[in-house]
Amino acid sequence: MTEVLYTRPEIVRGDGKTNFLQVEKTLSVFERIYRIGAVRKAFILFVLAAAWEIYGRWLGNPLLFPSFSQTFAAFSSNIADGTIPARALASIKTLLIGYGIGIVLASLLTTLAIGSRIGADLLETLTSMFNPLPAIALLPLALIWFGLGQGSVIFVLVHSVLWAIALNTHAGFRSVSNTMRMVGLNYGLRGLKLVRHILIPAAFPSILTGLKVGWAFAWRTLIAAELVFGVSSGSGGLGWFIFENRNQLETANVFAGLFTVILIGLAVENLIFATVEKKTIRRWGMQA
Amino acid sequence: MTLHQFVDARSALLSVEGVTLQYKTEDALVTATHRVDFQVFQSDRFVLLGPSGCGKSTLLKAIGGYLSPTEGQIKLKGKEVTEPGPDRMMVFQEFDQLLPWKTVGENVVFALTASGRAKPAEARERARSYIDKVGLTKFIDSYPHMLSGGMKQRVAIARGMAMEPDVLLMDEPFAALDALTRRKMQDELLQLWDDTHFTVLFVTHSIEEAIRIGTRILLLSPHPGQVKAELNSISPSELGTGAQAALETRINDMLFAS
Repeated sequence: MTEVLYTRPEIVRGDGKTNFLQVEKTLSVFERIYRIGAVRKAFILFVLAAAWEIYGRWLGNPLLFPSFSQTFAAFSSNIADGTIPARALASIKTLLIGYGIGIVLASLLTTLAIGSRIGADLLETLTSMFNPLPAIALLPLALIWFGLGQGSVIFVLVHSVLWAIALNTHAGFRSVSNTMRMVGLNYGLRGLKLVRHILIPAAFPSILTGLKVGWAFAWRTLIAAELVFGVSSGSGGLGWFIFENRNQLETANVFAGLFTVILIGLAVENLIFATVEKKTIRRWGMQA
Repeated sequence: MTLHQFVDARSALLSVEGVTLQYKTEDALVTATHRVDFQVFQSDRFVLLGPSGCGKSTLLKAIGGYLSPTEGQIKLKGKEVTEPGPDRMMVFQEFDQLLPWKTVGENVVFALTASGRAKPAEARERARSYIDKVGLTKFIDSYPHMLSGGMKQRVAIARGMAMEPDVLLMDEPFAALDALTRRKMQDELLQLWDDTHFTVLFVTHSIEEAIRIGTRILLLSPHPGQVKAELNSISPSELGTGAQAALETRINDMLFAS
């Protein structure tokens, strides 16, 4: 056991900075473009459209599988003559009514749930019962209760939205940190004021998730419900448009209808919800 | 310690009288503190010191009004404490005590307006002056997630002081900070105190911090928390001298003598 001790010299550097190192360097043009998410996604969409076009032409059967250009032509002519916009508007109107009622009911339920133990039990029981039940399965019942029309569609829409929003909002409220609640109490906030000023903003990431999931459920349910009957007061929605055109073997129009469904879904997700997200929880650092 | 020579002639700002605190866990009733007595006077820097399990944080929460004693009472200016309120502002250990959806400035302003301590215009004015005091003027429009841990705690302190509470309650506010930042924050707190001589009740488990921060130190023994001693600290000018070391040893002996 021999220990060798070196006396090593101390090193103290002066303040002078070495300047042969570039601290900040701009990226190359390609790299900068590649970093934009929209560009990458647009590229993927372009490749998919090209594949679709090639397959459609190779198959050569527009009755079965119209190509991208045929679909696009049908889509633009239907937009030009106002058919698709009118149908989409009819769908969206119904959707918004159902979505709105769903949000109101969900807020009532969750307010009840954070207010009392029994309210929380009620919400938990109801959501665990009804959440797994596909909204469309209620349609036959809705037809008996509300008849063939908008009422039935709105009923199933509310069902599809309500539980997703209530479940997420309630989970969000429960996950608000104890410290944050104590801060609110410290300010002298109680009851509904505490909910409004502390709990809702603090649970906003979960609430937004609930709204997004609710929207997706509602949109799917709506199209499906319209496919089943959809025709109310003369002009139905997009689902009915798809169904009608299938009956007339206008397959390109069916594709155009589906395309519109996708487009609206994407627009809401990427424009509306993404903007809300950026302006709120991203800005607040509550979501990476 | 000239401040404390005539304390008996004055009435206590905050008095804790025979307070026993209990809380329930899944399968037991835990007694956190047992018949704790102490008095805090105006402009005290009163430190609750003890090892973990001595109920010092629980005691602070009770003074904050978040839980009520099973025995004894807590009085602020002669009135019994029953619920949380802006006259006893808490500074927590956790960094998430700032509202992430409000900027630094808005966090302080909102505290003042929500509690009704100030009208919006006055609140903005006061917020600016206190944020200035903690040296964060540049960050007044930043969101909390953009700040470092130490800066967040500074904002929390600015918020607490802007409320101009009767007593500022600090629950190990520097415990989650790195050693260098903690030391700096302690000095800053003392500087702030020199300005306005606010009353502060400070919880810590660090003997060094207690001596540095406090004018008066309450030692608590664990399981359940009971008062072991109430000591006078040394003046800041004696820090780093033999007096500090002597007091440290004395406290150490008291806490670890069994």
